[in-house]
Amino acid sequence: MINLNVNQKAYQVDADPNMPLLWVIRDIIGLTGTKYGCGVAQCGACTVHLNGEAVRSCVTRVSRAEGQKVVTIEGLSANNSHPAQVAWNEENVPQCGYCHSGQIMSAAVLLRENPDPSDEDIDAAMAGNICRCGTYLRIRKAIHLAAGLQRKENAS
Amino acid sequence: MSTGTLSRRDFLRAGGITGAALCLGFSFSSDGKEAKVIVAADADRQAIEMNAWIKIDADGKVTLVDHRAEMGQGSYQSVPQIIAEELEVDLKDIQVIFAQGDPKKYGGQITGGSSTVRDSYKKLLKLSATAREVLIAAAAAKWQVAATACYAQAGHVINRSSGKKFHYGELVAAASKLPAPQNIVLKKRSDYKLIGKPLHRKDTPLKTNGAAVFGLDKKLPGMLYAVVERNPRFRGKVKSFDAVAAKKVAGVKDVFTVKMEVFNTIREGVAVVATSTWAAMQGRKALKVVWDDSGFEHINIADIYTRQQQELKKEGISFKKQGDPDSALAQAANALDVVYQTPYQAHSAMEPLNCIAHYQKDKVEIWGPIQAPDWVQGNISQKFGVPIDNVRVNMTFLGGGFGRKAFLDYPYEATMISKHIGGPVQVVWSREDDTTQGPYRAGVSYRAQGAITNGEISAVKFRMAGQNIDHWSNPKRGVANDSTTEGFLAPYFASIKNISFADVPFEIPIPNMWWRSVYASTNGFAYESFMNELAHQAGKDPLAFRRVYLKDDRCQKLIDKMEEISGYKDRKKGDGFGVAITECFGTTVGQVVKVSRENGGKIKIDKVWAVVDCGWYVNPDIIQAQVEGSVLMALGAATMHEITFKEGVAEQQNFYNYPMPRINDMPQVIVHVIDNDADAGGVGEPGLPPFAPALTEAIFDLTGKRIRKLPFDMANV
Repeated sequence: MINLNVNQKAYQVDADPNMPLLWVIRDIIGLTGTKYGCGVAQCGACTVHLNGEAVRSCVTRVSRAEGQKVVTIEGLSANNSHPAQVAWNEENVPQCGYCHSGQIMSAAVLLRENPDPSDEDIDAAMAGNICRCGTYLRIRKAIHLAAGLQRKENAS
Repeated sequence: MSTGTLSRRDFLRAGGITGAALCLGFSFSSDGKEAKVIVAADADRQAIEMNAWIKIDADGKVTLVDHRAEMGQGSYQSVPQIIAEELEVDLKDIQVIFAQGDPKKYGGQITGGSSTVRDSYKKLLKLSATAREVLIAAAAAKWQVAATACYAQAGHVINRSSGKKFHYGELVAAASKLPAPQNIVLKKRSDYKLIGKPLHRKDTPLKTNGAAVFGLDKKLPGMLYAVVERNPRFRGKVKSFDAVAAKKVAGVKDVFTVKMEVFNTIREGVAVVATSTWAAMQGRKALKVVWDDSGFEHINIADIYTRQQQELKKEGISFKKQGDPDSALAQAANALDVVYQTPYQAHSAMEPLNCIAHYQKDKVEIWGPIQAPDWVQGNISQKFGVPIDNVRVNMTFLGGGFGRKAFLDYPYEATMISKHIGGPVQVVWSREDDTTQGPYRAGVSYRAQGAITNGEISAVKFRMAGQNIDHWSNPKRGVANDSTTEGFLAPYFASIKNISFADVPFEIPIPNMWWRSVYASTNGFAYESFMNELAHQAGKDPLAFRRVYLKDDRCQKLIDKMEEISGYKDRKKGDGFGVAITECFGTTVGQVVKVSRENGGKIKIDKVWAVVDCGWYVNPDIIQAQVEGSVLMALGAATMHEITFKEGVAEQQNFYNYPMPRINDMPQVIVHVIDNDADAGGVGEPGLPPFAPALTEAIFDLTGKRIRKLPFDMANV
């Protein structure tokens, strides 16, 4: 049995310790917001937070997450209210939407570490997340907007 | 907008009412007595189905049906946005559900050819307005006033004089028994409150918090997971396999041979069924399979293009010819004769292929990211001998499609596996499966000949040699079809007197398939590049040159707008500007691309301007998004990736050797949508074809180097 904390909830899962966190989250815990895209840390669709850091859950063995804090897109906020989520909605970012759980989880770490990222900062932080629909212009715009929302939130 | 475009009979048929109900007009029932009461797939209260797209329950809750796939292109927004306009409901008050495959009810559901809006908007406007009018009639009867004394607004019918109102839920039962109102007058475009507005998509919130259910996210009680080790060659079989080690993997339940139909050929593999996706993948790794691919041509990529270009010496099968291009070419002094080459491409949707099937002898239920639920329904019914009404095909959200998910192989294979194990199963394709197994966009070679005489085009002769999708399903090979001219602007034919198009048949056993904008994506590169080459041959500016040959009024306005928004007229020679214009699926798109050299000498794209003439449209923000995305997809296909084959096996597996454009590759894209009252064209695909020829022309303008073969490396131009 492996003890996990996902989105502030405790789980005991019966899984091969080598099973990637991605498949534990999806197939055993049943949180399907985290996506399978490539299986080899190339596309970022599976991005989750492990102790606050963005990791590719498709190559993170579940044993590495034992007793650590995992946050998935479902746990990022209660009501789609994280500044990145608000901004993604405001800027009409997603098309098919499949990659955006991962995009938002990557953006959330960027926004925490860098409250006012430049285009170059955004490109550097987001280059690990592929969007086949080509929503990148809107992702950039949304991250700028989210940064502004976050600054406003912090000021009040 | 005209109001008489849909006959009463068409309306009834479109609304899914047939047989006895026909004579009873708009009484939405199948038996002609009581309104048909249905349970909406996602609603727990009973609702009355006013027609196939509109369900209203007694509390006034309105459910609208998206009968097409949502793969990013926006049907989940555009279909309801059309209906809500004439039905007079607020989009925030409605819920949207996906239809099951049911062509008798919805007509064709294949989501391809950028057809969702253009195929259905007139029908949807008419049936929504009719539903509104019958609700008004029901209210008028209750108040005992004339229908003209009432109007509809935000899901209510309001009495003009008293100000009293009923919500639609209070009227729908009575309305369903009334005859269909006649002489429905549709709104003028200028009166639209929703259509034509950049409204936010209703699926966006679901796609920012993990709630949207894609194919891979669907789970059924007792469902197992399967992965399949398929023959790496496209027509290969299984000779034998050793599953001893695979069966020792914890969670693995079963291992067996499974076959998949790819067009009219069979591809075999070995399925590993397990309790989780990971266990199935681990079991697959432990498998030992011996393949039988005897008789399959072990073809290499270089041979494919060499053979195509050999074939291009032949005349091929004429598809379209006017005048006498051969004589004109023979008389010309400096005729051009060049070859263009475009690569094989994988679709690479972010959501790899997957499908759930539950086979239960006399019925089959399917869930998945499916572009053509009606086709899947028909195919499963036919292949498994199950009555068509017992085959239920459910669409989930699609994590991209681009044509691949309109194919029938993966639901067929899932059904085979479910039948074998006797329970529900989700078949998951790995990224490697998705990349290596096709079907692909075909690699195509083109030969373009043309001449300029006295500054004008005296002849154009195009030949294409590449696999023709239609030949897979159509045994009538040797017949050219409009694949040959896709993407080429019809107005050119009015002004180029000597012109011909021919298809040089080229068949190899690599399955190929529609890929976003289909042959327009490859033809567009060849034909519009050649127009640019002819312009230079004539000593003319490429855009001014097109003005001469595209005399049609819409093209002239498109060119005006291209010049206006891009600052094209003020440019100097050598500034790095390129243009191209293509037409597909009823929509014309012109693009201007501007490139320059970075300090390090590498060429970068400064900006892309796109002008879209798609006629009547629903949501300009979705159009803008589709064009932005099309430009990026075209950029990847032109400069970053191609599928190649070694001994009949695809050589690329995953994003490390089939690289995708990333955020730092995204150019600025400015989109302008032209306003006119022409019939609606498609939006999901037409933004793609003009990009590559405009980009290579921009590079020619900057460097003098002509690129005729895709993909090319931007870092090494």
